[in-house]
Amino acid sequence: MATDNQRIYLDYNATAPIFPDVVQAVSQALGNLGNASSIHTEGRSVRGAIEDARDSVSKLIGVPASTIVFSSGGTEANTTVIRGLINSGAVHEIFCSAIEHPSVRDHVNPEHHIPVDNRGQIDLEQLHNILRGQEAPFLMCVMLANNETGVLQPIRDVSTLVHERGGLVLCDCVQGPGKSDLDFISLGADFLTFSAHKIGGPQGIGCIVMNSNSELEPILIGGGQEKERRSGTENAPGIVGFGAAARLTAETSNVGKVSELRDQLEAALLEAKSDAIIFGREGERIANTTNVAILGTSSERQLIKLDLAGFAVSAGSACSSGKIAPSHVLLAMGVSEEIAGSAIRISIGRETSWSELEKFVEIWATL
Amino acid sequence: MSTTPKSPEGSKPRIAVAMSGGVDSSVCAALLADRGYDVVGLTMQLYDHGAATSTSKTCCAGQDIHDAKKVANKVGIPHYVLDYEKLFEKDVIIPFAESYQRGETPIPCILCNQTVKFRDLIAAAKDFGAEALATGHYIRREEVNGEVSLHRAVDQSKDQSYFLFATTSEQLSFLRFPLGEVSKSETRSLAQKFDLDIAEKADSQDICFVPTGSYTNIVEKFHTGEKKKGRFIHVDGHDMGEHEGIEHYTVGQRRGLGLGGEAEPLYVVEIRPTDKVVVVGPRANLAKHEINVRDVNWLGRGGCIPDGETRIEARVRNTHEPVPALISQGARANQAKVFFEESLFGVSPGQACVFYSGEQVLGGGWIMPGGANTSLPHNKRNEKVFASKA
Repeated sequence: MATDNQRIYLDYNATAPIFPDVVQAVSQALGNLGNASSIHTEGRSVRGAIEDARDSVSKLIGVPASTIVFSSGGTEANTTVIRGLINSGAVHEIFCSAIEHPSVRDHVNPEHHIPVDNRGQIDLEQLHNILRGQEAPFLMCVMLANNETGVLQPIRDVSTLVHERGGLVLCDCVQGPGKSDLDFISLGADFLTFSAHKIGGPQGIGCIVMNSNSELEPILIGGGQEKERRSGTENAPGIVGFGAAARLTAETSNVGKVSELRDQLEAALLEAKSDAIIFGREGERIANTTNVAILGTSSERQLIKLDLAGFAVSAGSACSSGKIAPSHVLLAMGVSEEIAGSAIRISIGRETSWSELEKFVEIWATL
Repeated sequence: MSTTPKSPEGSKPRIAVAMSGGVDSSVCAALLADRGYDVVGLTMQLYDHGAATSTSKTCCAGQDIHDAKKVANKVGIPHYVLDYEKLFEKDVIIPFAESYQRGETPIPCILCNQTVKFRDLIAAAKDFGAEALATGHYIRREEVNGEVSLHRAVDQSKDQSYFLFATTSEQLSFLRFPLGEVSKSETRSLAQKFDLDIAEKADSQDICFVPTGSYTNIVEKFHTGEKKKGRFIHVDGHDMGEHEGIEHYTVGQRRGLGLGGEAEPLYVVEIRPTDKVVVVGPRANLAKHEINVRDVNWLGRGGCIPDGETRIEARVRNTHEPVPALISQGARANQAKVFFEESLFGVSPGQACVFYSGEQVLGGGWIMPGGANTSLPHNKRNEKVFASKA
């Protein structure tokens, strides 16, 4: 395509551009012979690389390396916690916020979806009321920051409330690292999940942080890797890449600069179209996400026209066909189906420049 | 107004291609890309595939959409899926169900061409900065001095003119049919030449949104009125028992009536929605010499059905060949009367009657209930006119 060399990527929440150093680290790891479970020299070398990576990831998150269990990504990490706790009998019921990622939300009975307010934050009073009658052991799932709006959730308050009722907390932190300066472990959640490709690492690798001794029945049975929590030969190149990305994120992340760009972008959007609606601005957000609606133009049309013009953004939740459904997140915030169906998400990151955003606003204003 | 940037300067224009995931539209996209056009592939998501096949675990998209994506990727063009589920239900599926309830036999493919495909998809293509929309239909379009006309495909066995009669001149001016000049076997060899996986893919046969072949489920789902059970009445007047509901029958149908013991095989001759009667009789009763058609789209000269009687060829089913006929304006606007030189069998209300002059498609209309069998005055007059044809 003629526009290939002029592409502008504004979809960091879907996946972030990989660090060139990560590409190098992964390709080097791909060439390393050995299975980390083997006792010979080759095996030990791969084991060493995996454990180094675990240290790097643990430093980025701020937890002991021993609490990290690698998985194939965020979805598997969430599933491992939710199904693991249910299957072990550690919890009998699951609750979640209404704006969770489908890898969490689709495990939970819709009656147990806790509403959010119109700023996009979980309604703590409702949570309190719903949990009041809760007797059986339960798990409450709430994401650190919403992937579509960027709105940060009051994890500390949720954790306190849930722990008072004897429950456990799973916090999907996939959109956290590099986009906020939060101290993840102080949030009080019992399980935290992360994904490498959101921070410039490879796709197909993520992890769970086990901040609880509750028993998880593994969903993958086999060789007992990852301390019996996740069988299957480790994805050593992926893990090495995750480690490298974690190290680079810790070293280079500039949350302040990204949030400044985001604010500049939003000001320009509103200047170009005064009737555009930006969602979640009232609440606290991660630094890089803008969710904006243009009334009367469907998300689908906006996305296609922007793509043809050289810009990568996204909207709502796309089916594998590419069909876009109105965002369940915006609907949960009380946004009408029509307005939700005309919203797109712009998510920026370390390589985004103001001149790129200026070009974006220029085209966006014509949609 | 759309401001989607046009193709880069110096390159050929942007053309949108309606990609179904089948061989024809895939080759269409590959051909145009090969000729250097700035091709944008568009696939319409028309219904929830999982729901249509009653397998909730199936993705909303059928294999066809995935095939279209794969082809677009191979060809190296952008490809998008447009969600027309709601429009398709409103403009195609519900009218399809209602048509059966009126005792007609609908052709949803034509409704789809008339609505989502040539109204909404053309609008989308324009919005995306395309200067034309190409489809993989086997039909030819000719443009002479700005006048666009429609012609049967070179490959007569694949000719899709019957399904495209309702295409308006305005739509035609934006449409392109690159396969009108090639045969199906050439299309398949082109698919191989372009190394497309779908080169050997079977042609679609069924109505797309009824993949199980049981259209009555759809009719029942959108059933708006009371149950349509009623009586079979023989043309001679005698009651032949109860039938399952008029939507289960089609004029001209012989099989599956469950009416034995007659000297001659019985056919559905007429379906009367008002008293839910299915009239049956011997084949001779199916003969029609004159029919009325509604919602006529005239693509011949003048933009409307000419005054007086005009000699044409008419086709009342896709599987029939066009036969000599006369057309004149009907009782109301956009209606026409069509007289056939010889009585026709198997004329069903709700099907299309498409008009031709040789290879040229002059348009067509929807067959209305009623019509008449041989009546002498018409016959005489027609004989005279037809006789002068040679």
